[in-house]
Amino acid sequence: MIYADNAATTKMSDKAIDTMMKVMKEDWGNPSSLYSHGQKAKEILEEARKKVASAIGAEPREIYFTSGGSEADNQAIMSAAAIGRKNGKMHIISSAFEHHAVLHTLEKLEKEGFEITLLDVHENGLVVPSELEAAIKDNTCLVTIMAANNEIGTIQPVREIGEICRKHGVLFHTDAVQAIGHIPINVVLDNIDMLSSSAHKFHGPKGVGFLYVKKTVRLNPLIEGGAQERGKRAGTENVPGIAAAADALLEAIDKMPEYSYSVSKKRDRLIAGLKEIPHSAINGDEKKRLPGNVNFCFEGIEGESLLLLLDDKGIQASSGSACTSGSLDPSHVLLAIGRVHDVAHGSLRLSIDEDVSDDDVEYMIDSVKEVVDYLRGFSPVWRDLTEGKREYIL
Amino acid sequence: MALYSDKVMDHFRNPRNVGVIEDANGIGEVGNVMCGDIMKMYLKIEDDIVKDVKFETFGCGSAIASSSMATELIKGKPVSEVMKLTNKAVAEALDGLPDYKMHCSVLAEEAIQSALEDYKKRTGKNIEEAIEV
Ligand SMILES: Cc1ncc(COP(=O)(O)O)c(C=O)c1O
Ligand code: FES
Repeated sequence: MIYADNAATTKMSDKAIDTMMKVMKEDWGNPSSLYSHGQKAKEILEEARKKVASAIGAEPREIYFTSGGSEADNQAIMSAAAIGRKNGKMHIISSAFEHHAVLHTLEKLEKEGFEITLLDVHENGLVVPSELEAAIKDNTCLVTIMAANNEIGTIQPVREIGEICRKHGVLFHTDAVQAIGHIPINVVLDNIDMLSSSAHKFHGPKGVGFLYVKKTVRLNPLIEGGAQERGKRAGTENVPGIAAAADALLEAIDKMPEYSYSVSKKRDRLIAGLKEIPHSAINGDEKKRLPGNVNFCFEGIEGESLLLLLDDKGIQASSGSACTSGSLDPSHVLLAIGRVHDVAHGSLRLSIDEDVSDDDVEYMIDSVKEVVDYLRGFSPVWRDLTEGKREYIL
Repeated sequence: MALYSDKVMDHFRNPRNVGVIEDANGIGEVGNVMCGDIMKMYLKIEDDIVKDVKFETFGCGSAIASSSMATELIKGKPVSEVMKLTNKAVAEALDGLPDYKMHCSVLAEEAIQSALEDYKKRTGKNIEEAIEV
């Protein structure tokens, strides 16, 4: 099997599994308990907090562990909105292709009276800093823009965005779920006030994430109860998961230079190979993208059948096709970069990591070519295109 | 659990009656406005019997399997019977479809109905009358 869906989730690393097992077997006490067994768990928890903080240039007390990226996004945005509301600032700026954890939270706030501006991400999938600056108003309380997009992998100019926010005194949150462990991020250098991350995207466990919040920013709990996480996130801590997440993150940061070099080389080969398919197009900027992300549209075919046939060939991938979504809506990310519905239909995301070999890359290129050809062979849309009854878009 | 039944996967992997009939006398093309999928059916009707049928589909696995199964269900059948083909019959013949994929089988029913309409228009035949015979 070739696993090419690392943007959906990653395999846990051996180190993360070992850590998790050890904590579950030996140090399973409640960190809130006074006796030594509980205090050992507390020690492990605080050690993990230090590791995570060091990985992103934060202080340990600025790290709050959560159940994942979605919770971190919700809590960051709701807290910033609460601060805004108190100060009579009810305007939030974001981008059109954020994850639904961000977009749905913003929709909720819109119903509560907030004004939401979604910046254009253009054809290349990038926010333009000057457009952000122009959108900032006197009553803007928050800018929330993802560090890297989960579908097309484009990397946003986070540092510049952060600088602009600082200049105007606006809080800056970034959903860095796809970025942490894959590209360098430093909350101080990058001018970030709040940052969301999720462990299962960097070879850690599912259901564990963290929120970084600058110490000067007031965080509100989403979950009320005990005084865990300095009173900002009630509930007995998932110590084994948190310990494993911290180790997975340090491992990922350690490997980053080598990973970044070798994986982006494979990515570029994949892109070059898939470009040979006629009437295809890469989605998102070709260079300013995550090392492992490849995303294409192929005209005249539909993504779900493409995925099923690739699965038969042992390749696990994903698509933004309406038919794969359950809701029958095509990917909002592809629509945001200007792909029309027909074209978004034939999209394919391959998100690779270092486990994918050079041979696998060639095999994937050949397989995609073969399957696209085959599906076009009995597509009425492709027939109309080739017979000139319909105009090519790509 | 797999997304689709073995039958669906079989018809998806090895679709029956794929292609075009050059001298078809009934052609129907329909699309689903929601998901954007498109299906095209070609019928060759002789003596009120569907002598041959072929399809082309731009769509998901369940749309391809539904078109394939639908062609099998109507091939060699009298027009009067083909008229009564429902999407439910197609879905049942495939050992069921997930709820949110039922509309894909509707596409197959509609494509066939539309091809029959086209046949009616081209030949001036009143299909409803044919049923009485
Ligand atoms: C950009 C982005 N934000 C948020 C999330 C949600 O993270 P989690 O699954 O940990 O809740 C994901 C994961 O799919 C993501 O890719
Ligand atoms: S026909 Fe569109 S989802 Fe199946």
